[in-house]
Amino acid sequence: MDTAAAGSAEHKAATPGAAAVLHVRGLTYAYGKQKALDDISLALAPGRVTALLGPNGAGKTTLFSLITGLFDSRQGEIEIAGYPLRRARSRALASLGIVFQAQTLDLDLTVTQNLKYFAALRGLPGAAAKQRIAALLEEIGLTEKAKAKVRTLSGGQRRRVEVARALLDRPALLLLDEPSTGLDIATRRWLVGHIHGLAREHGIAVLMATHLVDEVMPEDDLIVLHKGRIVAEGRVDEVVRRSGAADLDEAFTRLTSQDQKAGPGAAP
Amino acid sequence: MSAAHAARAFRAILWRELLRFVQQRERFFAALVRPLVWLLVFAAGFRATLGLSIIPPYETYITYDVYVVPGLIGLVQLFNGMQNSLSMVYDREMGSMRVLLATPLPRGYLLVARMLSGTAVSIIQVYAFLAIAWLCGTEVPLAGLLPLLPVMILTGLTLSALGMFLSSRIRQLENFAGVMNFLIFPMFFMSSALYPLWRVREGSVLLYELCRFNPFTYIVELLRSTLYLQFNATAFAVVAGTLLAFGALALIGYTPARGGPAAGRAGGGG
Repeated sequence: MDTAAAGSAEHKAATPGAAAVLHVRGLTYAYGKQKALDDISLALAPGRVTALLGPNGAGKTTLFSLITGLFDSRQGEIEIAGYPLRRARSRALASLGIVFQAQTLDLDLTVTQNLKYFAALRGLPGAAAKQRIAALLEEIGLTEKAKAKVRTLSGGQRRRVEVARALLDRPALLLLDEPSTGLDIATRRWLVGHIHGLAREHGIAVLMATHLVDEVMPEDDLIVLHKGRIVAEGRVDEVVRRSGAADLDEAFTRLTSQDQKAGPGAAP
Repeated sequence: MSAAHAARAFRAILWRELLRFVQQRERFFAALVRPLVWLLVFAAGFRATLGLSIIPPYETYITYDVYVVPGLIGLVQLFNGMQNSLSMVYDREMGSMRVLLATPLPRGYLLVARMLSGTAVSIIQVYAFLAIAWLCGTEVPLAGLLPLLPVMILTGLTLSALGMFLSSRIRQLENFAGVMNFLIFPMFFMSSALYPLWRVREGSVLLYELCRFNPFTYIVELLRSTLYLQFNATAFAVVAGTLLAFGALALIGYTPARGGPAAGRAGGGG
């Protein structure tokens, strides 16, 4: 994997160790009377991959919808790269790249057309967009598919294009909502490795929602979401140790099968 | 949002809409066939039996096919407005609307850009229809074609706003297709598109009143007067008011959250 091919220009990410790229404070959201998220607070540092682990229905996609500004919540605050989403929506979203869970490319456009369209939506000038697209296609190994219609690509290739699309504007924060859904093992491996490379080499803060523990690396930060609440957070080994489990798989099972407020792995 | 960014984004949205239109040749074909069937079959039959006296904006007796042309322009835009909204519901279900709305531009701007792009497509359809109608022998006032352009932007936006308002209230694609049919034909038939209102009143006072309260009547009359280089202030005011009302309702009501947590994504997920 060679993430250096992404181009020489810096991502919007600050240097590792700097202030959090994403700050969420006291975020609560409900669908009618059904609470989906309850008092969520988290902070993501640049250059770190944070796995958001939770079973189906835990509230991961709702959290992503709130961070991307698709849903509005009046309870709680979201700050991206120092900009509050509610008061400075455009500036906050300018630092954000996202890969949605469902594939969202236009099937009837070519790979390049899809990327050009998105680059224009992000405000990238034509020449800069062209250069960036070429670099990213090389990085994801799809240069020869540049003129192919997305409809003709495999699921794994489409996902690679979506990752490239999310990186077009050199985001400081990259959100991935269960990005490996429907992918084969080789593509999953590529994806997880690529994401870690991006964080390491470009200082991007990555928040990756998943319900698959094997996608979480030992060096990652971890947030376990269950029934709309954070039930554990910290480095992977810390969470495992606090839960009294032998490994992450067991820790996850323990954390998501017990009452969310109790247990040794509960968030501090 | 800088002006350059806004312009780039608008060009991209317009380009995508035009490309989609070009790629969907059946859509273009259907958009032309629909009004041409009315003009070349329905109006041709009525031409022999239905003469029209001198009514504004016409300065002489006209044949029926000439009378229905503005109504058919409205029909093209009405169908296109609904089609545009249908594709927005489709985009919302498929998730590409999420991509659009998560970009760093105001949501209202993105939605207006999308409506304008749909309107541009409808204008291409209208001019193609008018060209074929003219070639088929229907009198089309050529001097009115250019002034028609800004008016069609207004009427197209109004119908797009109406469609977007409906799409903001409807959760599923299948439901929207049903509502489209439920809306398009009553709007078209209960207007001055096919018959002048004084003729409608002779047949039914109730129908006449319904036609008077139908915004599509004013859209047709605004198109008609503009084609003949006249300005219908009442029609303009009603159309502009309808655009403001439905536009505001659509922008307020349009949220990706509508449809619940599953809107815009295929699977279950968290």
